This record gives sequence, structure tokens and C-alpha cells, in this order.
Amino acid sequence: MSTATTRPKRRMRLDSTVIVYIALIVVIIIGAILVNTAGRNFFSLGNIRDILTGMSVLGLVAVGQTLVILTGSLDLSVPYVISLSSLLAAETMRGNPNNIAQGVLLALAFAAIAGLANGLVVTKLKVNGFIATLGVGLIIKGYLDTNYQGSAGSVPAAFQFIGATGLGPVPISTIIMLALATLVFLFLRKTRMGHHIYAVGGSLEVSRLSGLRTARPIIVAHVICSVMAGLAGLLLASRLGVGSPTVGSQGGYDLLSIAAVVLGGTILAGGRGSIWGTIGGVAIFAVLDSVMSAIQFNPFLKDVVRGVVIVAAVAIYTGRGVERRRARFATKEVQR
Amino acid sequence: MSTPDVSTPGATPILEARDVSKSFFGIEVLHGVSLHLQPGSVHGLVGENGAGKSTLMKIFAGVHQRDAGTVLFDGEEVDFGHPIKAMQAGLATVFQEFTLLPERTVAENVFLGREPRKAGFVDNRGMSAKTGALLAELGIDFIDPNARVASLSVAEQQIVEITKALSFDARVISMDEPTAALADHEVELLHGIIERLKARGVAILYVSHRLKEVFDLCDTVTVLKDGALVWSGPTTELTPDSMVRMMVGRSITSFFPGALEGTTVGETRLTVTDGGNGYVDGIDLDLRAGEIVGVAGLQGAGRTELAEAIFGAVPFTRGTMTIDGEPLVVRSTRKAVRSGLALITEDRKAQGLALHQSVLDNTLLVIRGVFASRTRTVRREVPGILSSLEISFRGLDQEVQFLSGGNQQKVVLTKWLATKPRVVILDEPTRGIDVGAKVAVYQLMRELAKDGVAILMVSSELPEVIGMSDRILVMHDGRITAELEPGSSEETILSAATGTIGGALEEVA
Amino acid sequence: MSDATTAPAFGTRALNALRVLISPRGAVFLLLAILLVAITALNPNFADPGQFIRFVQRVAPIAIVAIGQYFVIVSGEFDLSVGSVIATQVVLAGNLIGQDESKIVPVTLLMIGVGILIGLINGLVTTLLRVPSFIVTLGMMLALLGIVYYVTGGSASGNPVDSFREIGRGGIRDVPIFGIIPWAVIILAVTLAVAILISKSPYGKTLIAAGDNVTTQRYSGVRVWWVKTSAFVISSLSATIAGILLVGYAGVHPSVGRGYEFIAITAVVLGGVVLGGGRGWVVAAAAGAFTLEALFTLLNFADVPSTWRDTIQGVIIIAAVAYSAVAFRARRKGRAPLASPEQGKASESAPADPAPHTTSMEG
Repeated sequence: MSTATTRPKRRMRLDSTVIVYIALIVVIIIGAILVNTAGRNFFSLGNIRDILTGMSVLGLVAVGQTLVILTGSLDLSVPYVISLSSLLAAETMRGNPNNIAQGVLLALAFAAIAGLANGLVVTKLKVNGFIATLGVGLIIKGYLDTNYQGSAGSVPAAFQFIGATGLGPVPISTIIMLALATLVFLFLRKTRMGHHIYAVGGSLEVSRLSGLRTARPIIVAHVICSVMAGLAGLLLASRLGVGSPTVGSQGGYDLLSIAAVVLGGTILAGGRGSIWGTIGGVAIFAVLDSVMSAIQFNPFLKDVVRGVVIVAAVAIYTGRGVERRRARFATKEVQR
Repeated sequence: MSTPDVSTPGATPILEARDVSKSFFGIEVLHGVSLHLQPGSVHGLVGENGAGKSTLMKIFAGVHQRDAGTVLFDGEEVDFGHPIKAMQAGLATVFQEFTLLPERTVAENVFLGREPRKAGFVDNRGMSAKTGALLAELGIDFIDPNARVASLSVAEQQIVEITKALSFDARVISMDEPTAALADHEVELLHGIIERLKARGVAILYVSHRLKEVFDLCDTVTVLKDGALVWSGPTTELTPDSMVRMMVGRSITSFFPGALEGTTVGETRLTVTDGGNGYVDGIDLDLRAGEIVGVAGLQGAGRTELAEAIFGAVPFTRGTMTIDGEPLVVRSTRKAVRSGLALITEDRKAQGLALHQSVLDNTLLVIRGVFASRTRTVRREVPGILSSLEISFRGLDQEVQFLSGGNQQKVVLTKWLATKPRVVILDEPTRGIDVGAKVAVYQLMRELAKDGVAILMVSSELPEVIGMSDRILVMHDGRITAELEPGSSEETILSAATGTIGGALEEVA
Repeated sequence: MSDATTAPAFGTRALNALRVLISPRGAVFLLLAILLVAITALNPNFADPGQFIRFVQRVAPIAIVAIGQYFVIVSGEFDLSVGSVIATQVVLAGNLIGQDESKIVPVTLLMIGVGILIGLINGLVTTLLRVPSFIVTLGMMLALLGIVYYVTGGSASGNPVDSFREIGRGGIRDVPIFGIIPWAVIILAVTLAVAILISKSPYGKTLIAAGDNVTTQRYSGVRVWWVKTSAFVISSLSATIAGILLVGYAGVHPSVGRGYEFIAITAVVLGGVVLGGGRGWVVAAAAGAFTLEALFTLLNFADVPSTWRDTIQGVIIIAAVAYSAVAFRARRKGRAPLASPEQGKASESAPADPAPHTTSMEG
């Protein structure tokens, strides 16, 4: 009854999330050396705060994107949801602290509707995520282009507070982001809907045969993703003091969030991945950004570095992750 | 659990079909078929492809709805509109294509859609424990409920499927070709599980092409032919020969065609000397023109790896090869193909066909990819090859995904025949195809042999190995451990395969 | 393609043609025809040959990029770098040619070389390092754009000599009926012709089959890495050609070509090519580009503010793919019967194509 005669024992696979955090440590070490050579202190409180701040917005978006990618879909509409959320919030608040709640609610309601639209197009019209969210994103973009020529609205100081303060070196925004990430993590692990998100990403067919209503997890994932983007928009509004029609696209949040998710070990085809891996990916990007700023790397060349890092990381990562049959014999010599 | 009495006439069947008929787009696939299944018994369902057994099984499973007749489950009429309803009622089905999520754990798969909850949240630990308990009931102690399904072997995955069925408290479990991808000792494992299920009072519907197993395992059997019932009753009243005759109207003795007149074993076409890589070692073999060499062995013995090594898919890293006397170094499949080798792979859907392309495009796959200049000439030869294999299809531009398994295999064969290979390697050539197509494959092999092609055939079906081979190689743990005479008995082959005959007793380095 | 020995009657052929027109394969042509008629209705001048040929000239760069993208998509991959390739080429042309006519040929050759190199990198990293092409071309896009902006500081630079600009702007003059046949149109025609030949060649068919099932191709002796990489090279070369044309009438600002990758993918999808590979017709992809541009032209003439262009593009792209999905499902159901129902679950409960998954993005 032993497995000995079935197949050579499967090798233990290094968990993908662990790999990401090892990579993060490596990046931090190299970064710290580079920064210190440039005469600055990587581990200064100010620097750490900057890095954590840099993680908050992308972190929110990437957590949402993780859910969507887990279901086998994609969300390219996030930049525009971010921008429009920031505008809706800022315009509703109009500098008046009494309007904060309304502003937030309106922005999030819009985001939820955008997510619902994405989810419905994917599940009911049977259009794949790339196209569906590209389409919805473009629809929102047209609206933005037509109605806004520049920043608008105004965020009251009370709200700007959130974007600015912190507990020591840890910004409130990062705490919020990590808290939400934890919630999403628990959601995936401890709710049926969470399990089903993995299931439909793994195989729509198998899920259907097992009686799952396959549309729901996909719609839920898209709604959560867009709401996270909405939150990111609120955060940006808080930082800028105004809403902006270009803040989302300027930040490249669509492709960067996907990159962070993939860097974190989630596979694009869906069905496998982790929130903490994504956070690790976001951290890597934030550290890279900070290091490059500190050594005064040309901002345009930052993109070159980002591009290379993304590709290299996924290359190394995909190479390791492939589960091969365990070899029985050494390739070169075999003792007889 | 009480042991239900199979032999008492009049005991209420747990599952019964009465005069069930089904048509698809005007073509009648099942016509007035009746059968009944007693609790705690195994009922075989046999027939050629197109006979209707798969359709009947799917009607039971809730995948299709019957057009006429009644289906009774535990004495009550049922009409399952969705597979999950059938499962919830206690009628579980294990399909040929597994319905598992590779990235999820065993427990998560077993309880997919019905994850147990505690205080509103999924109880992961409880789910794992329950799965472990179910596995224990089946006598399985070597599968970890928290293991990723992708890391399990085919046999283990099948056990997970059965565990899933059991978790529904199934009283009937339908299995479609359960042993198609299993080696002999894994088949034993499965049979052991089936015995346990029987003892629990579960009824098993066993759909299979492997007649030996049907005889070994089934208490009763139903034979279908062309959608109609031919016979249904206790297995003891049948012989393999009479069963086959009922299925195909052909005697079993003509099943494996012998060598064609004029076939001579000629010069050595392919040799491997001390070939090895990470999966096989010390391979010495030669294939002669006109010869069919069978390769037997257990799953994991390295047979497919041997085929892939010769073909360059997972190349040899040690040793040498020659073809028709000339030295041959194969590091890629392209080199192999250019040198006149062909490999009919184990899994035609995943490795042998492009399912959304037409029959024509599939047959020209290798020519276009490797011998592009011959495309025009071969294009004209293709219809001839296809009809010589007696393929049945709607036309050269039909997408191959719509063809039956046997016809798909014929397309794969045509693809390779078009390259006029010198050496043909076949890996499980008749897996999952109906009897008529199997015969066509065997006949083709004989014709190729007559034409001087050297043939290497890897197979898990011992009757096939015995019936077709001029020489039998047996592999074990990545090495060739025995070379046996044609017509060797199954026992001899199995002994060699499990390492108790031949040089397999040497110390592993 | 059929092996029927008797030629089908005219009525049957007409019916078949109509069927093709409605299928995802052919729908784009119908849509294009409708749009062209609508434009002419709003603005009868459009039908003037001289005007129409200028329309074709405007579409040429997009159509050429779409043709290149077709090969990549049909092989099962994505090329997100084409916009940046255009920007790169445009900047190269602007800075290296300058006012020196003798530099045109060598610089053009250099541009072609750069295009091939980019395609090779995209292809090899995707096939040999096994990184999903989505990621590879995304990285390439970021890297190229970064370099381009670094070199130019973000502003238009260089001023290529007029004779080079003529390629994009000018053409054969004093031609009867049309007045002028722009070089761009000729180049487009040649590109399309070459693309058709490629797609019908054994290489082209091998590429499509590789998009359908790459494992089968590996076991068939096909050098998959070569086949897929060459598709990326075709895409980058197409972007290069488009870049050369764009120098003529869009200038040499590094923002030229931005967004082209999404426009190209939209055009290809509009043409009924399935994302995920294995199916699609190159002419339809080119027609998709024309259809998109025709739509924008129509909206222009209908006085719809240009800021709504993106919204309309969004709606179109969703509608086109949704339509394909519906039509493919219907087609599969219709073909299923003679497929033996024993065929497994495929015929009855298969998810529609394109499935909600983004298929085979793992490359």
C-alpha cells in the first residue's frame, strides 16, 4: 500500500510566499548598501515612513487585484476608478468636514458599481476580464476626459489628516492597508466565498459540476477590487487635498498592481496565490522606488528598472515553481 | 451496515432504468434500455463506443436528461437536472476526466461547495479531519488531506474522487473507465476499495472497456450495442468471448491480428546503447525492421520516459543511439522527427492534437512544422490515409474536438503516417478507444511492420502486449529488467515488472 | 477546404457567405460596411475617392500594428510593447536622420534592426525563460518608454528631413480618380498581402496550431520557441513600419504611439480573433482596425466630442467580444450532434469561448 511503487516521492516545494519575502530581504539589503553608499541612511525613520507610505496606495489596489486574478480574471479599470473616486469625494466634500462621510460613501458606491459592471460583463456577457475591464475603464475614462479638465473639489483638513499622519514611522494609511489586507486574507481562508474564488479560478468547469454558482465569486472579486481602488482614490485625494482625473493613470496602477500580484506568486491563470505574497511584491516595488530616489536615479530610468525587475523576478520565480518529476538518476554519471 | 442480499430475486434495486431512450439532435443514442443495480453489488456496463453506455451513465449522473422511460433511485422516480442534484441524492459519478482542482488540497476538493462551517466561518481543520476519516474508511492511510491534489499521482487523484463521492454518502457510485490510467497494482488498490464499498452496501456501476476486469469484479453485467440492450444478467453466465461477440459481433480470437504475410524481421533500424538520463538508466535496446517490440511495466517504471528519451522530448544524457547504422544524437523532438522517428503519445488530447483545429490541419501538423516543403504533396495523400483507417467524420474541416476517441486517434496516426517514419513508438495506443478502433490500430501496426517499419509499443494492457509483440521488454524502476518471449504469460510479465525476475535484484546504486 | 467533389450550388454558396458574415469571423466586415455607409450618409464627400484614400492613409499605421498583433495573439500571446516600439522608432528617426538625406537608408536599416531585436527579446524571454508574455511585453514597454523619455527629456526632439516625412505624408501624385495614392496605403497593401501569404503558409498554420496547443506542437517536432519568437518579431516590425509612417504626420514626440497596444488588441478582437490563440483571420484583424477608425470618423462627423472616443471604444470592445462569445457558443451547440455525445462533457456543458478566464496568459 506504500507509495514507493507508484511514483518517486514528490519533492517539497518552497512556498511561493516565502520566496517573495526572501527576495524582499535581498532587495532591502542591496538597497540599503546602495543608499548608504550615497550618503543616506536607508533605515532612517523618515525613509521607512516614505517606503511604507509608498506601499499604501499600491497595496490597496494590489490586494483587490489579487482577488480578481485568483478568479482567472483581470482588472484594467482601476486607474480610472481611482481617479473618479478621488474626484467624487473631493467635490462632495467641498472643503467641509461635515461632508466627509457623504464624500466617502459616494466614492465607494461608485466604485462598487464599477466593480459590479466589470463582474457582470465578465460573467453574463461572457467577455474575458482583460477586455471587459479595459472596456469599462475606457468608458469611465471618456467620462473623465469630457467632464474634467484638471483637479477639482477640495478635501477638508480633517480628511487630509489620514493621508498625512502616522503612528511613529508607520503611516495611518499603511495601517489601514494592512488591516484591509488581513481582512481579505481571512475572507479567502475562512469563508465559503473565499474558497469558491480559488475554485472558479482553478476550473470553472469543475466548480460548475460541483454545484457552485460560478458567477458569484467572480462578481464579488470584481466588486471588492473596485472598492479597494475606490479607497485608493480616497487616500490619494486625502494626500493631494483635491481630486484629480489623472492621478490614477499617472500612477500606472493597473499594470503595476498586476505586476505586484504576479511578483507575489499568484498565477495569472487563477486558482493559486496569496495576499501576503502580493504585499511582499508591493513592498519590493516600494523599496526599489525609495532606493532609486535616494541615489537620485533618473526618474525616467526608474521605469526601466521596474520593467527589468518585473520580468527577471517572474522568470526566476516561474523557473523554480515548475513542479518537475523528481529525477531518479543523476544526469551525468551513475555508479554501478 | 447490513450486507444486502444480491442473490435474492425481488430485492429492491437501488438504481433502475426502465426503457430509457435518448436522442441528440434527432439521432437516437439510447433506445429502450433497462438495467437494475442491487445495493452492495458491482454492475458492469460494456459496449463499443457509440453503444450508449456513456450516455446512460450521464443520464444517471444528471448530466443529460432522458427523453423517455423512467429512472428509479431507491424505488422512487427521479429526474436529475444537474449533476450536483444526483450527488446530493446519493448517486455519485467518477468521470474519466477528473473533476478536481489541482491547486487545492484534497480536503478542499472533497468538500468543494459544501465546506463545513463553524460559527459561520469555514472550519478548515474540521474539513481536513473529516476527509481523513473518509480516507480511512476506504483503507487509505497514505494520502494527506492537506496535500495539493496536483502533487498526487493519477491513482491517488482517483481515490480523492471516490472519497468525494463517499462524502455525499453515496449509495451508488458510477465509474467511467476507472482503470484506464492505472497500472496493475493500482488497479488492485482500486478493486480493494470497491470491495470495501460493496461491504458498506454501496452499489457500483462499472463502465469499462477492460473486459478482464469486468469479469473479475462485476457480479452482473449489461451489454449494450448501438444504443440497445443486448443482454443483462449475472457475469457467471457469460464468457469473455460471448461478451465480445455480443458487443461487436466478432470473435475474440480475431481481436489481435497476427503478422501479415510477407512480414520479415530485417535489419536493425534503431539501437540504444547504455542510454540514460534522470529517469531511465542502462537502456540497451535494438529495434529491427518489421518487428513489434512491446514494453510492459508498472506505472512509474519509466516506460513513457523511455519513449520520450528516444524521441528527444526528455532526451538521453548518457549513451549512444544509431538509426539505420548511422550514429544519432537526439536532443530535441525536431531532430527525432527529421531522423524518421514518430511518437504517438499517451494523452492524445493534451499532446497529440490541436483540438480547435480541423482534421486536415491536425493531420498536417508535423509536415507543416518540420517538413514544410512536402505540404502540398502530403495534402493530397491525407484523405487516402484517413479512409484507409476507416475514420468516420463529417469532413476534413471538422474540428477534431468533436470526434470520438477512436477517430481522434486515427487523426493522430495519420499525422505521423504522413511523415513516412522509419521507427514508430506508440505509448498506450488504444487507451480510451472503442473496440472497432482498436482493431484498426492493430491492423495498422501490422501493415507498418510489413513495410519494414520498426515498432516500439508501450502498453499497460497485458493482453495487448502479449497479443501484438514479437518481443516483450519489461521495465522496472527506470531500467529494462527482462526480455521475454512472445506469448509469455501475464504472470511472467508481472513478475518481471515487480522486480522478482531478472536482474532487478541487483543493488540499486 | 472541403474535399467535396461536386461544386455547391450558387444558392448554397451565397447562404454560406451570409453565414460567414454573421459569424464572429465575418461580422466585422458587415459592421465596417454599415459604418462606411453611415459616414457617407452624414458626409457625402467621404465617398469621394480622394477623401477615401486619405481615410485609408490615416488608418494605415493602426492596421499595420493590428496585423502584427494578430500573429502574436493567434499564437496565444500578447504584445503590450508596440506603443513603446513606435515611440522608440519615432525618436530614433527624429534624432538620427536629422536633415541629412544620406542618413535615411542606414537609419531605417538601424530601426528595422532595433525592431527585430526587440521582437527577439520579447519572444525569447517568453519562450525560453517562460515568463508570461503579458509580463514580458509589459516590462519591455516600461523599459523602452523609460529610455525614450530619458533620452528626450520628454519633449519632441530631432527633425527628420522632409523626404523621410514624405513616406508618411505623401504618395504617388497626379493619379486619376484618387488624385494621390499615399505611400502609406501602398505599404499597408503590401503588408497585408505578405501577412496573408504568411498566414496561409505552413509556418502560419504552425503558428496558429501552437496557439491552440503548444504541447502538441512540442511533441510534433516543432521548434516552438522559434515559431513564437518570430511572431513577436513580426509584431515589432509592424510597429516599426507604423512608426516610420507616423513620423510623417504625427511628428517625433515620444508620446507618439501611446495606447497603440490597446487599440491594436481592440482591433484584433473586433476582427473575431480569439484571445488565447488558435483561431482567427488576419484580414479580419485589419478590418477591425478599419472598423474602429471608421467608427471614430463617424462620431467626428456626428459632432460627438472627441473626449467621448474612449468611452465608445470601451463599449465597442465589450460588444464585439460578447458577440463573439455568443456566436461561438451557438456554433458549438449546432455542431455538437454528430460529435458522438459520448464525447465527454465538452459538447453539453462547455463554458463559452472566450471564457471569463483570460486564457493562456501564462504563455
